[in-house]
Parts: sequence; C-alpha cells; structure tokens
Amino acid sequence: MRKVSSAAKAWDRVFRVLAAIGAASPAVFLVLIAAIVSVESIPTLRFMGVHFLTETRWDMGNLYGAMTHKNGVTAPAGASYGALVFIVGTLLSSIIALVVAVPVSIGTALILAYRVRGPLGFLLNILVELLAGIPSVVIGLWGILVLVPWIANSFAPFLKSILGWIPFFGGQTGTGYSLLASGMVLAMMIVPIITATTRDLLEQVPVLAREGGLGIGMTSWEVVRYVSLPYIREGFIGAVALGWGRAMGETMAVLMVSGNATNILPQNLYSPISTMAAFIANQLDSAETDASGMAVHALSELALLLLAITLVTNLIARWLVRPRRREGVITS
Amino acid sequence: MRRRRRKWKSAFGWGVAWLAFLLVLFGLVDLVGSVLWQGVRSFRFSMLFEPTQGIAGGLENAILGTFELVVIGVVFAAPLGILGGIFTSEFAPPRLAAAIRFVAEVLSGVPSIVIGYFGYLLLVLHFHWGFSALAGGVALTIIMLPYILRTTDTSLQQVPLLQREAAWALGMTRTQAILKTVWRPAASGMATGLLLAIAIGLGETAPLLYTAGWNSNNPSLALTHSQVGYLTYVAYTYLDEPYAQARQLAYAAGFVLLMLILIIQLVVRLVVGRSRAAGGRSAA
Repeated sequence: MRKVSSAAKAWDRVFRVLAAIGAASPAVFLVLIAAIVSVESIPTLRFMGVHFLTETRWDMGNLYGAMTHKNGVTAPAGASYGALVFIVGTLLSSIIALVVAVPVSIGTALILAYRVRGPLGFLLNILVELLAGIPSVVIGLWGILVLVPWIANSFAPFLKSILGWIPFFGGQTGTGYSLLASGMVLAMMIVPIITATTRDLLEQVPVLAREGGLGIGMTSWEVVRYVSLPYIREGFIGAVALGWGRAMGETMAVLMVSGNATNILPQNLYSPISTMAAFIANQLDSAETDASGMAVHALSELALLLLAITLVTNLIARWLVRPRRREGVITS
Repeated sequence: MRRRRRKWKSAFGWGVAWLAFLLVLFGLVDLVGSVLWQGVRSFRFSMLFEPTQGIAGGLENAILGTFELVVIGVVFAAPLGILGGIFTSEFAPPRLAAAIRFVAEVLSGVPSIVIGYFGYLLLVLHFHWGFSALAGGVALTIIMLPYILRTTDTSLQQVPLLQREAAWALGMTRTQAILKTVWRPAASGMATGLLLAIAIGLGETAPLLYTAGWNSNNPSLALTHSQVGYLTYVAYTYLDEPYAQARQLAYAAGFVLLMLILIIQLVVRLVVGRSRAAGGRSAA
C-alpha cells in the first residue's frame, strides 16, 4: 500500500482552510451588511430619533438653501424623514398578500401532495415551481398589463359594491395602482414559496396516520382536516412567516404597481401606497442630489429597519420549520 | 343524514382546494401568456444586435451587460458557495454545519434592495467604484452565494457515507476522497443549483439599481467607474415612458428575460428531474 504523501496531507489542510473560508463567507457578508447599514444610519437616528417611526412626512428639505443643525447633525432646512407611510404600506400590503396567498397555498399544496401523481403530478409540480422562478420585474410587468386595469375597471368597483359598507373597502376606487394591486402582486410571488414548503410538509405526514384515519371511517377531507393539517401546523406557520418576510422585502413588483405614494397614509384599499423596499429603490436619483448626504443616511435607516423586520420574521420562520425528528404516530 | 352531510363536506373541501389550485394555474398561464404575447408583438430580432438609443433602439447593451454582471457574480459566488457547501457537508461538525446552514438561510432572506443599498454605500460610495460592473457583480454574488452553498451541501449530503469510507480505506485523505469520488454523484445536484442561481441572478433588479447604474452603450471591459445596462432595468424603466417605442422595448426586454429563465428552469427540471434540492428543504 502506498503511504499518504506529505504533499497530499498538506493539500488536505489547505483545502480545508479554503473550504472554511467559503463556509464563513455568508456570515461575513451578513455581518458586513448589518454593520454598514447601521453605521450609515447613525446621523438620521440622531437627527430624527423616534420620530422616524411616527412621522408621515418624508421631505428632503430645501436642497439649495440654508442648512439646519440639530443634535450635532447638519441637514437641509425643512428636512424631515418620517417613515410611517412606508412602514404602514409594507405591513398592509404584505398582510393583504398573506390573506390572499395562505388559503390558495393550502389548497394548491393539498392537491399537489394528495390528488395528482405520476407524470401529470410531475408536470404540475414543475409549473408551480416555475412560478417561483419568474423574476419580479416580469411579475410587475404583468401587474401593469393585466392586474392594474382589471382592478381599476372591474375588481375594485365590484369589491366596493359588495363590501363598501366596511370602512376600508369604500371610497374612491382610484386608478388601480393601489394597495390592493401591491397585495395581489405580492401574493403571486409568495404563493409558490408557501405552497412548495407546505407540499413537502404534507408529504411527510406518516401514511400510517392517514390510513388510520381512513380506517376508522373518516372521509378523505376529514383526514386532511383532523390528521394532516394539525400534524404540519408549526411547519406551516413557519412557511407563512417565510412568505411574509419575502413579501415585506420584495421591491420591484410592488414598485411598479403601488402608485408610489409619499407623505400620505392610505385612505382605503384602493389608495396608492409605497413600501420601504419600493421607496428605497425609487429614491435613487433624489438621494444623490442631497449635498449634505442626509438623504442617503435616511434611506440607510429605512434599509436598516427593513433588514431588522425581515430578519426577525425569518428567524421565527426558520425556528418553526426547523427539521425535527417526529415519531411515526402523532401524539395529540 | 349525517353520513351524507360528511360526504358533502368532503366534496366541498376538495372543491375549494381544486379551485385554489386552478386559480394558481390560471395566474401562471395568464402571467406567462400575456407577457409572452406582448413580447412577441414587440420583439424584433434586430433588437439583439443594436444598443439602446434614447428611448428606442435595441437590447444588445442590456443583454451583454446582464451577462457580464451574472458572470462576475458567478465567478465570485460559485467558488465560495461550492467550497462552503463542501465544508458544511464534509468537514464541519454537526453543530457548526447547522449554524452555517442557518446563516446562509438568513442571508438568503435579506431583501435584495437592502443588499443593493449596502452595495451602494460600501462599494459605490465608500470604495469609490462608482456605478459599475464590479459593484453590481458583487451584489449579485451575495444573492447567489447562499443558494449555491445550500444546494451543494444538500446534494453532497445525499451521497452515502459508504462511498466516503471506501475512499478513505484506500488511503485517500478527506480532500482526495471529495475531489476524486464523492463529488461525482452530487455533480448533477450541484449543477442544478448553479444554473438556478444563474437564473435568479438574471432576473434580479433591485440589487443592481443602486450598484450597476445604466448605460446605453455596450459594456466596456472596465470593471469600475463604468456603468452597465441590464435587461431588467429596461423592463422596469421604459414601461413608464409615454412612447409606444419605449414600451415595446420594455416588453421585449421582459420577453427575452422570461424566455431565458424559462429555458434554464425547464431544462434543469426536465433533465435532472424534480430536484428536491431546489425546494429549499434541509437535509435531515
């Protein structure tokens, strides 16, 4: 037998170090992103304080006039960076997306997991996974081409005529570029995510437990309702949280259909809005014109807030969907 | 009576599920159909060979720019991701491996606009690279990296331990075992992950807005201080223009983009089969 040469041993050590560098890189990037975004938002933190969260007015001030000084920070006169409009827009649009996407995803996952199989099942699974891969700009394109006109011409008036007596559903139906359109576009983007995870979870429900349900005379729906769904509950909530995080961080599709409202809170479902992510993307040009650099710092704080919110939802989601060993039979 | 009611309830439940399923299928078909339809009507082959001029012209600069950005992204992301995946699967003790997977997943959950803005703050402003191919490429790297790492890790985890033990018994070091035998069964999974990561990179816009800028000339080979155009920018910006020509260009860009991504996705999934690695499920 040939002995392991020292060259091979040295290469083994080098390779391990290289691999470790690769493995450490996501952590490095994550820390770097958090650090840079935090450091850059310090001036706005000092300038606006807690009003960043409670103020609705986002105004870069008079960029060619005098500067004001406040808390040791220089900003254009009249500047105010209030993110409440965007926080509200982000939360509302993502919640609408969840309200639409969750039932649809459960239904689709049930069909994919239990009702179609063989080549047809393979094909349909591919189609749903395809939806997850469609770039958000293309979904935004579809939003402008199809969804927005449809909402403006038929869906919004229809909703108003049926549910108009509920405060948020009444009022002007607007142009279609709206909270509703943003929510539906987001739903389109998170349905495949929630569906894929839920389908995988449903396929993990032990066959014995499901057959046991059928054996005591349950209908197939009762098996789903009383065996499968309770079994996957935690993982499913995790999948929803994952989708929620994605919906809040999504930029392009929302940017294209939201109507880009600033300084005004949405009055009803059909009002234009803007989200944190979309607003950051939208402000590129104006941020560059601010000589004091405050606009850049303010957007940085917005990015920090968005990062924090999505990280928290992601952590909760990962904790809920973490793989765990389960006994073959469920214990109530 | 009771039995009939339960049967009806069952039928109703499944009916609702089918309805939801059909809704998703309808949405997908409507989306792909309407974008392709608009695209086909606006697309001309000459667009592939002429750069954008003002609000009209072609897409050559955007297509080349997209490829340049994705290539730069892959050049960084593929080695880091594959090496990282190898470390996670082969070298790391279980708790460290779990931690790396967790961090990678958290990174993949960071909104892409935040990554773009980070690139703007650090690379464009602080490093003075300006809007450039390199800044955009690094932003794409951060998007693709966790994805490549996870798929590499998952496909290596599916290789049976027996194969490693056989290699070690021949006197191979761990590295030799990985580079000579263990990677082979995992190769198709890794290739799938890489291709899907490229598809993701092709379709990204948000991380590039703040890093790559826009250029209506074909990309030069300069890595910094030279803005680059890309397809998703055309699809997003030119749609807002009031001119029919500009909108046609936007539709055509969306069309080219969608075709590229659909082709990659379909090829990958049909050739490799339904890849569980792509489902984002962690290896138990």
